[in-house]
Amino acid sequence: MDVVVQLQRQLTDHTASLFHEGFLNEQFNQLQQLQDESNPDFVVEVVSLFFEDSERLLNELAKALEQQAVDYKKVDAHVHQLKGSSSSIGAQRVQAVCIPFRNFCEEQNIEGCLKCLQQVKHEYSLVKNKLETLFKLEQQLIAAGGSFPTL
Amino acid sequence: MENGFSSPRSESFPAGLRVLVVDDDPTWLKILEKMLKKCAYDVTTCHLAREALNLLRERKDGYDIVISDVNMPDMDGFKLLEHVGLEMDLPVIMMSVDGETSKVMKGVQHGACDYLLKPIRMKELRNIWQHVFRKKIHEIRDIEHENIDIIQMSRNGSDLSDDGHMYCGEDFNSKKRKDFDKNDDKDFSDHSTKKHRVVWSVDLHQKFVKAVNQIGFDKVGPKKILDLMNVPWLTRENVASHLQKYRLYLSRLQKENDLKASFGGIKHSDFPPKDPAASFGHQSSINLNQNDVANGYQFCGSNFVAQDAETKNNEGDLKIVSEIKRTLTADVSDPQKMRSSQSFSHSFASLETEASYPAFDSTNPPEFSWSENPETQIKKEHKPHLQLEDGYSQLPPHGQQHQIPINQLQSDPAVTSVLSLTGRDMSGSIEIKPLFNECKSKNVSHVSPTESAIDTFPVQTKSQLINHQSFEPISTVISSMKPQGFNLSITDLESCQRNLTSASDPNFAPINEDLTVWLQGDYYRMNFGQSIDFIDYDDPGFLAEVPFYLYDPLTSDFQCPIDSTTECPIVDQGLFIA
Repeated sequence: MDVVVQLQRQLTDHTASLFHEGFLNEQFNQLQQLQDESNPDFVVEVVSLFFEDSERLLNELAKALEQQAVDYKKVDAHVHQLKGSSSSIGAQRVQAVCIPFRNFCEEQNIEGCLKCLQQVKHEYSLVKNKLETLFKLEQQLIAAGGSFPTL
Repeated sequence: MENGFSSPRSESFPAGLRVLVVDDDPTWLKILEKMLKKCAYDVTTCHLAREALNLLRERKDGYDIVISDVNMPDMDGFKLLEHVGLEMDLPVIMMSVDGETSKVMKGVQHGACDYLLKPIRMKELRNIWQHVFRKKIHEIRDIEHENIDIIQMSRNGSDLSDDGHMYCGEDFNSKKRKDFDKNDDKDFSDHSTKKHRVVWSVDLHQKFVKAVNQIGFDKVGPKKILDLMNVPWLTRENVASHLQKYRLYLSRLQKENDLKASFGGIKHSDFPPKDPAASFGHQSSINLNQNDVANGYQFCGSNFVAQDAETKNNEGDLKIVSEIKRTLTADVSDPQKMRSSQSFSHSFASLETEASYPAFDSTNPPEFSWSENPETQIKKEHKPHLQLEDGYSQLPPHGQQHQIPINQLQSDPAVTSVLSLTGRDMSGSIEIKPLFNECKSKNVSHVSPTESAIDTFPVQTKSQLINHQSFEPISTVISSMKPQGFNLSITDLESCQRNLTSASDPNFAPINEDLTVWLQGDYYRMNFGQSIDFIDYDDPGFLAEVPFYLYDPLTSDFQCPIDSTTECPIVDQGLFIA
């Protein structure tokens, strides 16, 4: 079962790096612990919800910041939501960008806001890729007959 | 208090705790749901505040605790928090990713029992049951406290021998509190010996009630009851505490009766069940003169919740009943003055909403065994309208046991109208049921015996007929209407007076459109011992008597010619204002 062992190693390494590089935090572990027989795909489901919600929020943010007269309250509300959402799965870096983003909103600093938007988009796509890789590895592992340990 | 806690879930408590989670973030909602399920809680989720409120209103006692996010698109979490606190009186926990002190402070100010920061860990959710438990305890304590006050009041002039020392104000209260955790049926005066809880079974309670009735409610005292009951292992303290509860219960029952009559029943079937509950909660906010009563209300509310859990537990029912009775009795110290009526009404009001005032039979003989507490058996003819809200369905229909002789009419068909105001903002319907007691007979030309004792004016103006404000002053019960009957009326003294006096005036303007006055049909029935059919609203005589306790603003319409010949010392003295 070399393949299995290999996959397992890959998975472990990948996951470790996610944590190590701060893409994910303890909260993600919590999610993994919540997964059980009654909900074998719990983590994937939750993360999918996160992806959907975040993409929606990012779109809204882009729209709101494109307006002639920017409604900062609205922008702030969206950022707040994004912050909450990212905290749910432990997407630490995304969450971290939301803090200065909110400050800029308060200051009504359009440039600052736009910059943060870019940053948050970037972080989001990074974590999204990493998570997708993670899930793929897991699937491969299962397909190969192994099981993945929860961290 | 055993009633609140001995819910069916109690054995496995906190498992099965019914949690309502409100969060607009779908990711969090899913996670929270999973976490709560893992704690063996019964979870319901919704992502809109409005939806949550609807759910809560639909099933008044369907939930034990609410967890809500602070930031939601359709409604501010704090607003939701307020609503829940007011209407349903449930513990609410706030959550947010934002942990700023100001926000947390706001949460606490609005009544949140806790504020969690996201990301939330499962261990934080595990212990949320403590808030439910704590609330129940506090409510019970409040009731007890209130009772003590009431009792004190009532005992001022009465015989303090047996009970006196038990209810010695602060002492008692503090003892009570200390003892509270130890056991429910406790022994107030002596907490050095550990007493084990006395379980008031149906039989035991029946004996108790029989004894009380035999002695005469106003003359009742734990020692006498104990002697009559002849239960060897029972101590005087047990009886005393039970008596207190019983009084509370009775007073609540009265109120409920009123309420019930007003809305449920007689013609009011459309009164949304939740209303009472709502009103109930609301009522608590209404400031009744008696703080006690107010407390009682609260208690009632929570009681109900607890009750609910208890399902058909006789015992539980009894407890509530006894609570109510306790309040009732406590309230009335002077048979002549139905001061108690006030509290009564209060409690009734609360009761009413909550409990289905089941049939109390009104087999009560004309003589009023209970001057203070309406221990009448209210003959429940109107069962239908007694259906109390869910919460209270538990309330014993074995009204038999708790017969509350509402008015002792001395062979006068007195109409006891209980005016209870249910302040339900929400539903906007306030019902005031004037409780007319025998008093009427005095002033009133007479209510012919055949008339239904209870005239209920179904004036239902569902909309706020009565403003809460005015309600306040009216909260006195018009007990004095009839020396013996106790009139629970939470109404304005004046109106009471007026009513009384005007009783003799057939032109008494009946119900104000604005005022929903429900005279308790039920009640009346009780008085009479005969089967009264409720309501003969149209009976002129009755009308005349009906004291409309309309809140001042409302009463403008009607003219109650104040007859100086009013014999019933109405509310003046009857003001049972705590």
